Amino acid sequence: MATQNQYQWRRDKDGLGVWDHRGKVAVAGYGHSPVDRRWDERSMDQSLGAYTILACRLAMEDAGVTPDQIDGIICCDSHIAGGSGGTASNWAPRPYFDPPYDSELGLTLINGEWLAKVMELPNVRFAPTGVPTIGEMVGMASQAIADGKCNTCLVIYPTGNLEGRYRRGGENADDYAKGARQWVAPWGNHGGNDFINIFPHNQYCLKYGGTHDDLAPFVINQHRNGLLTPWGYNASHGLEQLTVEDYVTSRYILNPLRLWDCDRPVNASAAYLFTTAERARDMKQPPVYVLNHSQHNFPTRTTQSDLNEIEDWTDRAAKRMYEGAGLGPADVDIFNPYDGYATMTQFYLEAFQWHGVKRGDAFAFYADDIRVEGPHPFSSSGGNLGNGRTRTAMYTDSIQQLRGTAGPRQVTVRAETALAAFVTPSSGGWIMFSKHPS
Amino acid sequence: MPKIIPVADELSKTFWDGVNDKRLILQHCAACERLQYPPKPACQFCGSGEKLEWKDVEGKGHISTYIVIEDGRLNRRMPDQPYNLALITLDEDTSVNFYSNLPGVPPYEVPVGSAVEVMFEEVAPDQLIHEWKVVG
Repeated sequence: MATQNQYQWRRDKDGLGVWDHRGKVAVAGYGHSPVDRRWDERSMDQSLGAYTILACRLAMEDAGVTPDQIDGIICCDSHIAGGSGGTASNWAPRPYFDPPYDSELGLTLINGEWLAKVMELPNVRFAPTGVPTIGEMVGMASQAIADGKCNTCLVIYPTGNLEGRYRRGGENADDYAKGARQWVAPWGNHGGNDFINIFPHNQYCLKYGGTHDDLAPFVINQHRNGLLTPWGYNASHGLEQLTVEDYVTSRYILNPLRLWDCDRPVNASAAYLFTTAERARDMKQPPVYVLNHSQHNFPTRTTQSDLNEIEDWTDRAAKRMYEGAGLGPADVDIFNPYDGYATMTQFYLEAFQWHGVKRGDAFAFYADDIRVEGPHPFSSSGGNLGNGRTRTAMYTDSIQQLRGTAGPRQVTVRAETALAAFVTPSSGGWIMFSKHPS
Repeated sequence: MPKIIPVADELSKTFWDGVNDKRLILQHCAACERLQYPPKPACQFCGSGEKLEWKDVEGKGHISTYIVIEDGRLNRRMPDQPYNLALITLDEDTSVNFYSNLPGVPPYEVPVGSAVEVMFEEVAPDQLIHEWKVVG
């Protein structure tokens, strides 16, 4: 099995032109596990492994694919959001269970080799290790299908969550700061995406006018869309609709970043089935074609990226995506950018100029009608804020909207193209889907 | 309250040695005349590694913006909450910025736009960090 380091698959440069394989790869299926707040460390049918197997089976069933047809697995192996975060959340050392749960694999870690074994997928020939996050995985799958590395590929994104407050252990419990942390941790920055965006967000408010509370309509609409998403955490746990008052009175985390600007860590898994456009046409569902995938990894110039850098980075990411897809802002019907912190989404909205939104216009746009049934159905997925920190709602909603199966979230405007991402302004990837191959 | 203690490595040793001598010394690229912080193996602007040298800077800056950490994740800093975390731009090169807790400035009362100058604060025996204080 190859490692992703040996395979140059990324489209992460400026000026690459239209993707050679535009419209020749498709998504043919998806599947979601239930979304729990945490795994209770006892219920084996609710472990990350059990949920991942379930998500894969649902994706295969959705596409009408049998186990012997799977020849590719792209799965990132660790996205745990428990007390320590990252691989530091692993259980070891402690007693394990009977096979296949006799190690961390299946409990807090998932990888392609383990999945191929427990799911009895006999023909997997492409299962790279060390793969990145879902934002890049969907691009990697698209390119791998296009390059003939595999023909029928499961893309799997497990997000685990154990007992304990979010990432309060591991290096965050250390009195010392090594590596990149020596430049930030002594002053209180734990190194998360919250810090990446909150300072530029403040600068945004100063530059363009507005206050932090201008995010309220966006956050509330994310929760509204989440309640229209049956598989998501909010809908499946009976949460009530967030109100403006709830939002503006919620406690601060990194003032002005509020509790409701942050997503809710969950224990869940999702899977997508990628294949060639040709094969997808013979499968159960109408294909959702991939028009382009693109990635970015922009180095931070100094201690803290500022608004100028963030705007430059997101502009470049938008240009790469539009150029590779052969589309422009007016061509994008469904727009599902990342919202893991509410303070970053305006940067993407304005860079991609969705529905004509330019720099400095986002707060006014949020205050307009962004409901799914309205003229500007922004982030129709509800994202992480509306569904929990699965980081997959953006992709699933895009597929459903193009299939016309989004139920109460189905937009009333045209739904023939969809742009989705799990990104930060500095790193990650975008993918453009289409109802038509060209 | 105790702050987290930076651990110098091969690349950062000169910087932290300078801080422990109460000097702010940054990488300077003689090829493109740019300052660089945090240190990197090569100039991020022109790619030169050979032309990178260490240069004392004056240590004057301004407060660009700030947040207040009310519920952070760093155990050692939790007793300090809420505390300011300001973004300081260096006057000699405004593309260089630093963090500061602005010692002496009460939480939420940060004078954005004010001038600051570098100071040094002990975080462990024989280990200082660079901090910034409001002047004028």
